[in-house]
Amino acid sequence: MPQVSWQPSASFENLRRRAQILARLRAHFAAGQVLEVETPQLCPATVSDPHLNSLYVPAAGYLQTSPEYAMKRLLAAGSGSIYQIARVFRADEEGRWHNPEFTLLEWYRLGFSLDELIDDVAAVARLALGEVDSVRHRYRDLFRSHLDLDPLSCNISELAAVARRHIDIAFDDADRDTWLELLMSHVIEPRLGNDALCFVVDYPPSQAALARLRVDAEGQQVAARFELYYRGVELANGYHELLDAGEQRRRFAADLREREALGLPAIALDEKLLAALEHGLPDCSGVALGFDRLVMLAVGGDALDEVMAFPGSHR
Amino acid sequence: MATYSTNEFKSGLKVMLDGDPCSILENEFVKPGKGQAFNRVRLRNLKTNRVWEKTFKSGDSLEAADVMDREMQYLYNDGEFYHFMEPESFEQFQAAAATVGDAALWLKEQDICTIMLYNGVPLGVTPPNFAELEIVETEPGVRGDTATGGTKPARLSTGAVVKVPLFVNQGEIVKCDTRSGEYVSRVKA
Repeated sequence: MPQVSWQPSASFENLRRRAQILARLRAHFAAGQVLEVETPQLCPATVSDPHLNSLYVPAAGYLQTSPEYAMKRLLAAGSGSIYQIARVFRADEEGRWHNPEFTLLEWYRLGFSLDELIDDVAAVARLALGEVDSVRHRYRDLFRSHLDLDPLSCNISELAAVARRHIDIAFDDADRDTWLELLMSHVIEPRLGNDALCFVVDYPPSQAALARLRVDAEGQQVAARFELYYRGVELANGYHELLDAGEQRRRFAADLREREALGLPAIALDEKLLAALEHGLPDCSGVALGFDRLVMLAVGGDALDEVMAFPGSHR
Repeated sequence: MATYSTNEFKSGLKVMLDGDPCSILENEFVKPGKGQAFNRVRLRNLKTNRVWEKTFKSGDSLEAADVMDREMQYLYNDGEFYHFMEPESFEQFQAAAATVGDAALWLKEQDICTIMLYNGVPLGVTPPNFAELEIVETEPGVRGDTATGGTKPARLSTGAVVKVPLFVNQGEIVKCDTRSGEYVSRVKA
């Protein structure tokens, strides 16, 4: 008889902790009058982001990489503040801190500024991590202090030169954001949040995704977006949500052109989301938090398989 | 030749990088919150044995390296080359001393070892995990001393020097672990 490995990768102690954190989150949102919702995992449309790869199920649709589009339709329809504990799917993302199928805690608070949402995210993180301080860094300041580089004004060859000084790189690239993302993920991120929740704010406008743009204190246009890091792990991504349907349609179209240039499969735009935005999304801030990673950090772990029953090859 | 994409990279996979065959040791998926994903890969250059870390964009691919491990019998050393033979096909291969490296210290004629072939040419030699070799030089044994745990150096027929217990004598055959270079036991003739 061949040896079949069927046991869960996570301990029951960690799985109990996971369930306990989930219960605390639900209590937190219930107390804040935030409604728990559920939206489809399979939809005829999917995310346009060229760096997210949706799984397509023939004759059924795309497995959603996040519940964002459907949740925004609920917001536009008048749901008020909502949250969801969503199972999402991202093809080709597998590793110590990635699993192609994982749990996102996504929520939207009506009338919240980005600062207010950051405070709420810190409160949610503390439900799992206990008492921990919170710090805030501007994206631009991180590049200045860690790399002696201004990410908003330097040119691509300067970026590439700095990257090659720090990292042995097997490729060249003409896309400025690729270099910024390389430096962020390889050099800066590992140093973030060692003893406090670290919120990175004011991303370059080219990395706004579904966030609105604003002008910062230095007169620079930046994205009203934040990322939360703790112990070098990216935990959450939040936006002061873009409300302008025309601008959203232009960003989607730019994504589709980039997908085509990269030779990626074409995808259908989510016209229902665009129609909802045209109807009008209330002013809100929203965030997606990697629930499995939060639990991993809460138990002091260093790999998702410590807190997921059957990840990766255990499926 | 086949190519492998970053999401197929796994430990042991042999790929070509900068013109040299390499073995992948580790492949870590790295992604900033949004945007381009990367793979940080640890590789060993099979020609130089140098280990280093290289970052790829996720989805990039590398050509497979024509590298395979084959079990062969060590035949003899002609002073310049070491000669090996595949026992089933009787096909013979020769490898320079630099290719054989420290494995030469454990190679006894007729023993089966592993030869790594790159484009059909030996690139590396791994001796069997255990080798039984004769002691050609050591201090005389101390009769009856099997308990004190002392050791002394002993030179083996292949040139390797291992630490052996005091009671072991010149002319005896000893079993050694070639991975650690340590004495395991005496072998009764």
